Amino acid sequence: MASAAQTIERNKPEDSGNVVVRFAGDSGDGMQLTGGQFTLSTALAGNDLATFPDFPAEIRAPQGTLFGVSAFQINFGSRAIRTAGDAPDVLVAMNPAALKTNLADLVEGGLIIADSGSFSDRNLSKAGYDENPLEDGSLAKWQLLSLDMSQMTLDAVKPFGLGNKEALRCKNMWTLGLALWLFDRSRQPIVDWLNAKFAKNPVIAEANIAALNAGHAYGETAELGVGFAPRSLDAAPAAPGLYRTITGAEAISLGLVAGAKLAKLPMFFGGYPITPASAILHHLSRLKQFGVTTFQAEDEIAAIGAAIGASYAGSLGVTSSSGPGIALKGEAMGLAFITELPLVIVNSQRGGPSTGLPTKTEQSDLYQAVYGRNGDAPLPVIAVRSPSDAFECAIEACRIATRFMTPVMLLTDGYIANAAEPWKIPDVSDFDEFPVEFYTAAPGEGEKFNPYQRDEKLARPWVKPGTPGLMHRIGGIEKSSSSGNIDYSPANHQAMTDIRAQKVLNVADDIPDQEIELGDATDTLALVGWGSTYGPIHQAVNRAREKGQSVAQIHIRHIWPLPKNLGELLKGFDKILVPEMNKGQLKTVLRDQYLVDAQPLNKVSGQPFRIREIEAAIDEALDG
Amino acid sequence: MNDMTPVETTLKDWETDQEVRWCPGCGDYAILKAVQRTMPDLGADPANTVFISGIGCSSRFPYYMETYGFHTIHGRAPTVATGVKLANPDLDVWIVTGDGDGLSIGGNHTMHVLRRNLDCQILLFNNEIYGLTKGQYSPTSRSGTRSPSTPFGSVDRPISPCAFALGSGARFIARGIDVHKNLGNTFKEAHAHRGASFIEIFQNCIVYNEDVFEDFVNKKTAPETQVWAVHGEPLLFANGEKGLALDADTLELKVVKVIDRDWQGAGVMIHDQTNRSLAMLLVQMPFGEFPMALGTLYNDPAPTFDAAVMAQNAAASEGKDANLQALISQGQTWTVE
Ligand code: SF4
Repeated sequence: MASAAQTIERNKPEDSGNVVVRFAGDSGDGMQLTGGQFTLSTALAGNDLATFPDFPAEIRAPQGTLFGVSAFQINFGSRAIRTAGDAPDVLVAMNPAALKTNLADLVEGGLIIADSGSFSDRNLSKAGYDENPLEDGSLAKWQLLSLDMSQMTLDAVKPFGLGNKEALRCKNMWTLGLALWLFDRSRQPIVDWLNAKFAKNPVIAEANIAALNAGHAYGETAELGVGFAPRSLDAAPAAPGLYRTITGAEAISLGLVAGAKLAKLPMFFGGYPITPASAILHHLSRLKQFGVTTFQAEDEIAAIGAAIGASYAGSLGVTSSSGPGIALKGEAMGLAFITELPLVIVNSQRGGPSTGLPTKTEQSDLYQAVYGRNGDAPLPVIAVRSPSDAFECAIEACRIATRFMTPVMLLTDGYIANAAEPWKIPDVSDFDEFPVEFYTAAPGEGEKFNPYQRDEKLARPWVKPGTPGLMHRIGGIEKSSSSGNIDYSPANHQAMTDIRAQKVLNVADDIPDQEIELGDATDTLALVGWGSTYGPIHQAVNRAREKGQSVAQIHIRHIWPLPKNLGELLKGFDKILVPEMNKGQLKTVLRDQYLVDAQPLNKVSGQPFRIREIEAAIDEALDG
Repeated sequence: MNDMTPVETTLKDWETDQEVRWCPGCGDYAILKAVQRTMPDLGADPANTVFISGIGCSSRFPYYMETYGFHTIHGRAPTVATGVKLANPDLDVWIVTGDGDGLSIGGNHTMHVLRRNLDCQILLFNNEIYGLTKGQYSPTSRSGTRSPSTPFGSVDRPISPCAFALGSGARFIARGIDVHKNLGNTFKEAHAHRGASFIEIFQNCIVYNEDVFEDFVNKKTAPETQVWAVHGEPLLFANGEKGLALDADTLELKVVKVIDRDWQGAGVMIHDQTNRSLAMLLVQMPFGEFPMALGTLYNDPAPTFDAAVMAQNAAASEGKDANLQALISQGQTWTVE
């Protein structure tokens, strides 16, 4: 039980302007909801933030088990936040299993808020505890606030006459109420949200609100000691403008809608349910008024096949999946490549190979994106670095696909897809339009239309079926560069292969030069990353530079073709370190393209990098 | 098919300048000609017509049609066709496939395009063999088929394309023979049917499976071996001397003798193309004991997938402002000064 003498001794020497809170509980405890709503209230308070939802693969994992633990971590503060935080300062543990699986991460001296009501003998044994850790002194390294949240929730919702099970479901709101008090957050947005969510069931809404208020009131009135006074973090400095929170999956969906609009095309989205990509299908299926047709296909191949068919017929075809589904789409990607049709393929990467770790994050598919098709079939590949970056990247994918008549792969990952961060809402009129002009000029008498005639970028014309006088046949078999008829001749295949590859390389003329995120071209060490490792690399390089180390950060959006200046840029550094959540895929590409001594820093645990892991690697690289 | 203004064309307008590359004597030639001859009768517009195929001998078909054409990948033609039709429902979409392409590697897509009832014509060339890959047995090959991959004879049982289609929810099912004069007629009925029209065409692969259908396509024995289903007409064959009647005990069809043209007296059934149970009985008749049922076996239109998608897109957009700026600004927002 909480004693009046407890204080939160925070143990974070490097930056005190932020707090990391992790909510952990059984997958039925509603931790993702709690985290999501806490995120919203934090964003509304003007803090910068980053989140990391981490949930089990099983939809309803057995109650109380270690593998059924679902967690949501948020890092927020009054300075720029780039990661969800290495280690929580506060751990909310709703049961013994949640405590056991998350305790090792908690900073020394950090605060544990535990629901003692869930620490029954049965739950303790399921989590593998012989003794109750709340009582045996084993948590002495940390601050412990042990409360019977279950009972207090039951008391709070008693007037509403819910059954025991239903009543206990309100426990997450009780917890949220306490967390809101702890960080001086407003309850009103949550109250509004609950009222809207349970509009059809006002009793449930009121019960949840009562639990929320009770949790808040508990913080307010219980004598928790000076250290538990509410902490209010100042708003983080941010560029002026209108903000909202956004997840990567939402941002990709909105970016695709914007991309199609800028291309002045209707969008066709073919998808098949797969974690963690399905969220994009869900979002887009609600946006029909934007000229979006969504199609849940019978399988991954049908999803891309239909998207290719739609592109052929004059829509912007888009398909989306995750590693295993992308593998199934491989042959069809080759078809889109050889028929030179625009197509956007969104790959929400997850732990692989095969089924791998469906709900965990990994930069698993750079090889698959860059090299993963039969024959020479290079595609432009774009990698998203964060939820707020995803909107622009999706537009960029649409732009390149339509301008160059090519499939484009957009790489995101499970972490970006689910994580939320504040997003400064852009003005869509700031984006340049790239309207598609379909080819309609029928050939003159005695002339024949060649579907493989090319513009200065080497892109072929896009002709919609239905256009008079331009009937032609395309397909996966090699075609003559001069007529579009089937042509197996050696010289033609050589020429067509070269042209297609060159066309994709020409994209490099159409993208910005690679910039240095932090540091200078004259630094000793460059950390080169891509995708969702942006945050931890950025923070690690920041800290290293504050310590006086000669380190720069380069973060690549255009994985293929690479920016034209990248080779020169890399050759200016003595050392190159490539942190990746895989066994070294970008490293291979960089070595191959530039013959540079790129050294890998790999992590494939299903968890994002910690800042300190990268800091340690920087130290080692500079010492060695 | 879809509503369209008839366009006047001739056979020539449907022929490409490409040399047709099937083996001489292949049944595909006859099917190609039948399609090209039928198109003018349909009043079809070459610019509005799309032929989509997978992989196999049959799938070379689009190269020989002066229309829009897409030769896709093995088994996937229905998927591409689905995207084409949803992106532009005004196009007249034809899928050309084979027994391997449409029932083996692409069986899943054939099932789903039929169940969804996408408005298109599906021509499945059944030659009971893999021709393009040099003669392996296919999912429609009869048990015991000897082929390079089954030198001791195949041991698995074949699939019945039409029974598969019916089981998948197809609303139009027909059978034709590559060289038979009625094929064009079947195409017309298929085209007139709004929704997915499935046509199994018995096609002679003279190189790897020559005359495998000889038992019922031979003109001399045809009267005994073929029963042509015509809506509203009795199911008679053998020059009207035999007919198909329902065996009330087994709920199967039986062959009955018709004496003095009294088919009613013999209990011969009248073909009702909207009767799904009858269609199932017809497509499942074991050949030998029964003649081969040919022509339009089932034709009972239902709402199409493409029309339903369009209707839902329209209904869901009704009264909604497609304001992108407003869309991206949704949810709880805050302003930083
Ligand atoms: S292999 Fe058979 S099906 Fe193929 S073209 Fe030759 S005869 Fe026709």
